[in-house]
Amino acid sequence: MPHPLIESKHPAIAKAGLVLIAITLALLPFALANIGTAWVRITNLAILYVLLSLGLNIVVGFAGLLDLGYIAFYAVGAYVYALLASAHFDLHLPFWVILPIGALVACVFGVLLGTPTLKLRGDYLAIVTLGFGEIIRIFLNNLSRPVNITNGAMGITGIDPFRFGTFSFAGTDTVAGLAFTGPIKYYYLLLAVLLVVIVINLRLQDSRIGRAWEAIREDEVAARAMGINTRNMKLLAFAMGASFGGIAGGMFSAIQGFISPESFVLVESVNVLAMVVLGGMGNIFGVILGALLLSFVPEVLRYTVGPAQMALFGRTIIDPEVIRMLLFGITLVGMMLFRPAGILPSALRKRELETARVPAATTA
Amino acid sequence: MSDTARALLVANGISKRFGGVHALSGVTFEIRQGEIYGLIGPNGAGKTTLFNVLTGIYPADGGEFAFEGRSLAAVKPHEVAARGIARTFQNIRLFANLSALENVMIGRHVRTHATVFGAIMRNARTREEERAIEKRGYALLEYVGVARRANDLAKHLAYGDQRKLEIARALATDPRLLALDEPAAGMNATETAALRALLERIRGDGTTILLIEHDMKLVMSLCDRVLVLDYGKKIAEGPAAVVQKDEKVISAYLGADVALDVKRA
Repeated sequence: MPHPLIESKHPAIAKAGLVLIAITLALLPFALANIGTAWVRITNLAILYVLLSLGLNIVVGFAGLLDLGYIAFYAVGAYVYALLASAHFDLHLPFWVILPIGALVACVFGVLLGTPTLKLRGDYLAIVTLGFGEIIRIFLNNLSRPVNITNGAMGITGIDPFRFGTFSFAGTDTVAGLAFTGPIKYYYLLLAVLLVVIVINLRLQDSRIGRAWEAIREDEVAARAMGINTRNMKLLAFAMGASFGGIAGGMFSAIQGFISPESFVLVESVNVLAMVVLGGMGNIFGVILGALLLSFVPEVLRYTVGPAQMALFGRTIIDPEVIRMLLFGITLVGMMLFRPAGILPSALRKRELETARVPAATTA
Repeated sequence: MSDTARALLVANGISKRFGGVHALSGVTFEIRQGEIYGLIGPNGAGKTTLFNVLTGIYPADGGEFAFEGRSLAAVKPHEVAARGIARTFQNIRLFANLSALENVMIGRHVRTHATVFGAIMRNARTREEERAIEKRGYALLEYVGVARRANDLAKHLAYGDQRKLEIARALATDPRLLALDEPAAGMNATETAALRALLERIRGDGTTILLIEHDMKLVMSLCDRVLVLDYGKKIAEGPAAVVQKDEKVISAYLGADVALDVKRA
């Protein structure tokens, strides 16, 4: 059996690499905290985007269903958590109860979106999913009257942090001289969740289910003729993708402590889709890379564009906020011109057969 | 082939209209267990439409198919595959961006059972099933003769190999009836000869074959019986040698005038 995470011809090097990555990831928040706590928060948000991208990748990358309203599931997860763990309804359920509920509710919404769109593909599906995303956001905006459910545009404040008995993820704990701030604790939690989600994604892709999704992406008619129940498989893709979005939403809710419909606008859906496309649709590690890049690059630019201008010209010629998005846009356009399949395109999976040696033929 | 041989597929008055066009009108025939049954006719005669109705892609407007004694009316395409009918396509429809082996492995979908839960937990049963899928996939690639390309993308295979791969993928569903839509199209004489040997072998291994083909030499030498369609109607049915001499068939293919000349000659 190859290692579940890395297939390599040199298992020793791969193992050493994994250990190195693990150590880096474990020490990262403290290094970042030295620069500024903001960077730990930015990293946490980046991990949330990775989670979202991996969820969307199931729908878009594996099953080939273009979804422009994915952020709606994030919103559903976030609101489920906010409503069940805040002063709004005076409910304070523990997070390990709410997160599965959030995933389940998001999953139901996923099926709700999937069912009427089963026969749609490409542009048509994109339009309907876009509409769905907007419907959810507008509902959240307006479900304050006659009965106040979502508190409308004001959003919900004072959302509980994650708690385990007396241990809270908010606030600082000092262990052996190390200060574990709230963001640092969430970082480790997010990292653990991310690891689980990555393993689930890898295993799904390389399974009977994943192959059925890819068959639908490649040719739906042929997939059906091969005995794949395309209806169930598409709904499953929507449901799985939505559940991941729901879990990410719940964590977002707890980390921010405040949510409003503002956080779930169309641009967010587009952003997550851009992460998937930029990284390489269908390639799990590509998608992770895409999400990290699109999360970090704008933030890095935010802190470097201003000072760079000061150093070069002695004054700020262009507002950093403007030039930041400009550079970002140019980078995206360039990427799509030179690597249209993404940074790490979905690669051919070569199989090491136990039954026969398969020579790696040269690809045309 | 005696008349008492068991009927595998019975078509009873199949009709299909597209707007005002009668693509199929009242086509009735019967395919027997273990034979290679040819389906021929000029372009636009309704051959592929018949395939699409048979495999559930289009609903029939009239009549119905019965496979192994059970009606196929209102049966969805994936259920048709589960019942034991597999097909290939006239314009090759492989999963282009997956490897040849994965294409065949997808064909095993309908005969395997791993659920999402099994796929995520990767328990012993799932791992065992995966190994079996892979092993069977590779064996089928060897069977049709494209095993050396197992790890190449399907779209990178040579045309003839793509046709063979499509047959392997169809065989992966364990069909009792294999429906092939012009498998020899675009093949040269050597490739066609190899295809013929392959089809003989598939039949020999117990799979009944329904074959749409324009290569008359192949049809006449391979098929036990032939059905001829023209403008959606059955114009002849019977052993290849008999159908070949049928006046209506000759005129359908060559035009009525030529048919007369042929008769005089």
